[in-house]
Amino acid sequence: MMSNLTGAERTRAMMITGLGALIGLVMAIVGRNDPMGAHGWIILLFFAVLFFVLGNALYDPEPTEDRGASYYDDPTKVGIILALVWAVVGMSMGVWVASQLAWPDLRFDAAWSSFGRLRPVHTSGVIFGFGGNALIATSYHIMQRTSRARMPDQISPWFVLLGFNLFCIIAASGYIMGITQSKEYAEPEWYADIWLVIVWVVYFILYIRTLARRNEPHIYVANWYYLSFILVVAILHIVNNLAMPASLTGAKSYSLFSGVQDAMTQWWYGHNAVAFFLTTGFLGMLYYFLPKRAERPIYSYRLSILSFWGIVFFYIWVGSHHLMYTALPHWVQTLGMTFSIMLLVPSWASAGNALMTLNGAWHKVRDDATLRFMMVAAVFYGLSTFEGSFMAIRPVNGLSHYTDWTVGHVHSGAMGWVAMITFGSIYALVPVLWRRETMYSWKAVEWHFWLALTGTVIYVFAMWNSGIIQGLMWRTYNEAGTLRYSFVDSLVAMHPYYIARAFGGLLFLTGACICLWNVVMTIRRVPHVAPSLDYPTSSEAMEPAVPVAE
Amino acid sequence: MFKKILKPFARLFEFQARTHYRMERHSMALTFGIIIAASIGGIVEIAPLFTIDDTVETDPDMRVYTPLEQAGRDIYIREGCYACHSQMIRTLRDEVERYGPYSLAVESQYDHPMLWGSKRTGPDLARLGDKYSDDWQVRHLVNPRDLVPESVMPQYAFLLEKPLRTDDLSDRLGALRAVGVPYTDEMILNAADDAAGQALPDGDKADGVFERYGDATAIRYFDGRRDRVTEMDALVAYLQILGKLTDLPAQMQPIAEE
Repeated sequence: MMSNLTGAERTRAMMITGLGALIGLVMAIVGRNDPMGAHGWIILLFFAVLFFVLGNALYDPEPTEDRGASYYDDPTKVGIILALVWAVVGMSMGVWVASQLAWPDLRFDAAWSSFGRLRPVHTSGVIFGFGGNALIATSYHIMQRTSRARMPDQISPWFVLLGFNLFCIIAASGYIMGITQSKEYAEPEWYADIWLVIVWVVYFILYIRTLARRNEPHIYVANWYYLSFILVVAILHIVNNLAMPASLTGAKSYSLFSGVQDAMTQWWYGHNAVAFFLTTGFLGMLYYFLPKRAERPIYSYRLSILSFWGIVFFYIWVGSHHLMYTALPHWVQTLGMTFSIMLLVPSWASAGNALMTLNGAWHKVRDDATLRFMMVAAVFYGLSTFEGSFMAIRPVNGLSHYTDWTVGHVHSGAMGWVAMITFGSIYALVPVLWRRETMYSWKAVEWHFWLALTGTVIYVFAMWNSGIIQGLMWRTYNEAGTLRYSFVDSLVAMHPYYIARAFGGLLFLTGACICLWNVVMTIRRVPHVAPSLDYPTSSEAMEPAVPVAE
Repeated sequence: MFKKILKPFARLFEFQARTHYRMERHSMALTFGIIIAASIGGIVEIAPLFTIDDTVETDPDMRVYTPLEQAGRDIYIREGCYACHSQMIRTLRDEVERYGPYSLAVESQYDHPMLWGSKRTGPDLARLGDKYSDDWQVRHLVNPRDLVPESVMPQYAFLLEKPLRTDDLSDRLGALRAVGVPYTDEMILNAADDAAGQALPDGDKADGVFERYGDATAIRYFDGRRDRVTEMDALVAYLQILGKLTDLPAQMQPIAEE
């Protein structure tokens, strides 16, 4: 990896990591009376390790071949491995916290191990650790291939990837220490938020610079989606995390907004984290890997356009459907419901576009588990977006909100759509990236597919049942006109479903572990092959970089 | 007729597709297009909430959290209690009958951030204040299954042993004032003493609490220990004030009985 960096680049990277280590040291010192000090040490350690790795390779020979003649894949490779490691970590946490709901004594009496502290480790671990790394890695791959251009420099891709992982580490370790600002999916405190803004701006500049170097007149569909993911996540992150630190030597901060305004801002952010982190980014993956793997052009270019702008415009309105029947003014609730329902059109445009792309390639779906992952992902995307629009209808929302139904809905999206498309993309990408003939074991891919599908189905059905039972029990009246069940009655009714959900999660986790093992074995055991035309070419070259649309 | 209705839509779509075809050749055009399209909804929905007066009811009697209660709130956040308990009673019949008058916007006026929650693994806590005794709260936090055998709540016995950190309370109140909570200079200056005074009524610091936060402020040994102020004191003080910052909901919704 280091051999692809020139001496000057290594020196520059050492300066960056040295500066990072210094900042870590300062944080460790000024925050010594606060949990923030522990984060200082973590940051110091993180950068010190990188610093020494770089220093160790400082006098290694310079790269000899012309780097511009190939794509820059080193950060992509590391990103894929990191994504799978985070998948195992995040999903293990998920199985643990799910089990705690069935057997509450599984916390072993330690302060750090309660449900409240571990739950964000699970959500951030899978959304940001697994999802984020997968998005960054695949975006590097896709933007280079569809632009037929190498990334413009060697350091910023590493800065984005490793900087993002540092953010994930700070987030996860912070929750365990009790550092949280309690905004769902935006729990990290102010200094982590500032760091993420820096990383994200570099990411955007890197993306734009690569696009500027492209040898294609048009920007390919997948890139529109990745671009909207980068841009809108930045907007959401900055606005939602505006906060006043209690002091510069402590982790605690207070949101700039309060009460109603804060609730609206939080769900404007929260639901659009779903839209622009967990949907458009992964649609970018879908729009590249699915046609590539099926060897079919995208069914409709126009449908892609309709879906893209529809999603970008509509999604931002719908966050307020999380606040039905609350103290949020009624007109905002109504707007949220209206747009949530309209959102079905662009969502299904993409789901339909993906499935129609498979027309004429169904025999491949039958034989190839990798393509099947992508197909099932598209199906779950369609199902989840339908369910989402349905759940935003006011009376339905009254039942689904605050119950396990929402948890089930979120997981049918997260497991069925986000994770499935990611696994499919990883299986398609790994042999290309490491120049291998195939994956090490196709049987393991099959096993993973069926484990993931079974796990998702068990999980989602368990949560549907428990959520709807819970919601109905809360509002059941007896003949005397008083409430029939106490809250605890509904809790007792949940028990079998909580066990089923932990079991479903365990199956899903097993699949992810198999995936990590399979990828590692592929890299180590499967022989190299010469790639067929996997390098930047001019636009006059005969081979199109991507299947032609329309 | 159907065709006639659809025609403008088809034209619009045609226009959009052609515009997009030109846009996707320029990365910055695409960038600005995305920013504009994605900003409209947020601006329409969020900006008015800050300017329209009736977003939040006015209540001159609305009281702020004492330093001890605020410290308790911060512990509540730290332990992730919001993951399982909401603090928002919705305008649904069963919720009002189960928990009490539905929540008003003014009740979370000083809540940075709000803790309305999104999932109820446990019951809503918006009207928890004074519902149970301090002793019940402490025993419930030490081991929930001692009082509610079916509970799946984690136990928080360590709070009883952990002394409350008060040295940064002035900073915390100061930051809260910066974001709009009306703490006075005096409240900020005496935050640490007031926190100690509220949890140790026999000490000499208790008088200041009444002076600054009103005679109705609850000053008690919340955790039952008379020798020191623990995190349990703070958390229980916070739980006992939930829904008690204003009695406006009870005035507005007199039908809801207990």
